[in-house]
Parts: sequence; structure tokens; C-alpha cells
Amino acid sequence: MNSSPLFLLFSYFAALSLVAVGGGNAVIPEIHRVAVELQHWMNDRTFADIFAISRVAPGPNIIIVTLIGYHVAGFAGAAVATGAMCGPPFVLAVFVARLWDRYKEARWRIAVQAGLVPVALGLIAASALVLARASDHNVYGVLITVATAAVSYFTRINPLWMFALAGVFGLSGWL
Amino acid sequence: MSDSAVSPSEPQEAAVRPSLLALFNAFASASLSAFGGALPWVRRAIVEQRGWMTAEEFNETFSLAQFLPGANALNVAIVLGARFRGPAGAAAAFSGLLGPPLAIVLVLAFLYDRYGNVATLNHVLAGISCSATGLIIAFVAKMIAPLFKRRDWGPAIAIIGFICVAIVQWPLPLVFIGLAPISVALAWFRR
Repeated sequence: MNSSPLFLLFSYFAALSLVAVGGGNAVIPEIHRVAVELQHWMNDRTFADIFAISRVAPGPNIIIVTLIGYHVAGFAGAAVATGAMCGPPFVLAVFVARLWDRYKEARWRIAVQAGLVPVALGLIAASALVLARASDHNVYGVLITVATAAVSYFTRINPLWMFALAGVFGLSGWL
Repeated sequence: MSDSAVSPSEPQEAAVRPSLLALFNAFASASLSAFGGALPWVRRAIVEQRGWMTAEEFNETFSLAQFLPGANALNVAIVLGARFRGPAGAAAAFSGLLGPPLAIVLVLAFLYDRYGNVATLNHVLAGISCSATGLIIAFVAKMIAPLFKRRDWGPAIAIIGFICVAIVQWPLPLVFIGLAPISVALAWFRR
């Protein structure tokens, strides 16, 4: 069994990419399981840092795998992780785009779509718990998480403002 | 129900057919302003600014992107690019949306590798990660309300998936392979 970091990055993320229904938010528990629990590439704090960076950077959320790959194996790791995570869905999307119009009203397609929604939601909810465990170390952390959740649920304020506020609060060193 | 509601005579593509470069540029411009989810910006660039798709066509593309694996915004780019210009169009739109953010993230990764142990940076990132976690909770809360309203198998599947992945910590691909077929089968027999 080949256990070089690049091979591991490729095989974990390529497999994950094909079940990543729900996008960048749904894959976080598996990335955490592999990177922190299984391979010990990083600890919870570094994982939370990388998650934070992926959210303040522009672009698709899935870009968190680029940061993980870089942390594990530099530029080569970033390239392998990004390619493994984006390659298989790319091929699938190009292929399915052609079939889509033809089967728009097909019963199987409607069932697939309706069936995948609750699965994706369960995975995204799992992300929230995994991230809370990695990020919230005390009552202040929990308060920031809850406050952001409430503000984002009830208002349409740009999340970057909340990130900025939370970052400034973080300077206190209480988190 | 028939397999297709679209009659063959109806045009399947919009009247405009943007070039590869135009596709790349449209998604690249959206990508750099895409904070906190790229989709609204993609929609703005494609529907509002360039008129390559109607709002309805965009919604259909989005619903396809949602059920494909991978980032939703990237899937929208791939499907849209493929419709206009085949696989090359898909590649152009995909690189436009991913390329510029990728360059920025690589710089950030380099900087974090270098200065990741600076206490000030750690404190700021700790705050942001607590906050960004709250954002995901709000997202789940918004999505879960319509799921519970329908009073069917949906919530049970979501809860089982949540427990298997977050509590028991089974590998996500295995949980997916076990759960997705059951959920799709339930959706099939429900009608």
C-alpha cells in the first residue's frame, strides 16, 4: 500500500469528490476525520485556522482542500488535492449536462434529486458540529458561533462583517 | 409522466453563444467578488449583466448543479459552459471561476505556513472560525424548515446521516453509499 502524502491526498479527495453532494460545506467532516483523526496531518486548531482562511478567501468553499493539500505537501499537495477534488465532478458534470434536458421530467431524476436533499442536509449539519468541536473551546467561542448563526438566520447582513467583528474580538486572546 | 416536456422544435440553447474567452472572463470577474458563496455573483454576471440565460434557465441549471457532487457554483459553471461550448466551454468557465481564487488561496496558504504561529494571527483566525461555524448552522436551520414541513422520510434520513458522520464518525463515502440509495428509493416509492 502506497502511503506517500500525495497518494493519500489524491485517493481520499478523489473518492470524497464523487459523494460531495452539498458541496464545500458537506465534505468538512470527512476532511477533518482524515486530516486530524486518521493521518494526524494537523491538530484541531490548525484545521479551524484553515477553515477560517477558506471562508475569508473569495471563490468556491471547496477551495479548503487546496489549503489542506498545501499544508500537507506544499504546492504539489495543493495541486493534487485540488485536482482530485475537482476533476471527477468536472467529468461527471460535463457528461450529465447533456442528459439533463432529455430527462428533465423523468421520474428517476426527480427521485434522485428529492432523495439527495436530506442526505446533503445531514452532512452539512454534521459539518456544523465537527467545526464547533474544533473551533469553540470555551463559552466565548460558543457565544460568537451562536450570535453569528442568529444574525445570519434573521438578517441579510454580509457575513464578512461578522467575520471582521469576530476576528477583532479574537484579538483579546480569550478564544 | 412523459420523459420530456421540451418539444424537439423548441430551442435548447439561448440565442447568444459566448466565446471561450468571454466565458472565462465572465466567471473570473464573478470569482473575485465571490465572498461567502459564489453563486449569487455567478448569477449576477450571467443573468443580469450579460443576459446569457434567463432567470428561469439559471434556476434549472442550479437545481442540476445541486444534485451533482462537488461545489455548486463550480457545477453551475461547468454545466453552463458545456451547454454553450461543450467540454472546452466547461473548462473555460471552470478555470475562470476557480483560477483567480486559487491564486489568492495559494498566497494565503504560503503566508499561513510562514506566519501561522504568530499569536495575533491565531487569535484573529480563531474568532473567524467560530463565526464561520455559526454561518453553517444558520444555513442548516434555513434548509431544515421546509424538510420538516413535508412530514415524510426526509428528516429521518438527515438525522441518521448526521449521527453516522458527526457522532459515530464513519467515513463519509461509506455513509453516503449506504444512505443515498435508501433515500432515493423512498423518494421513488412515495409518489
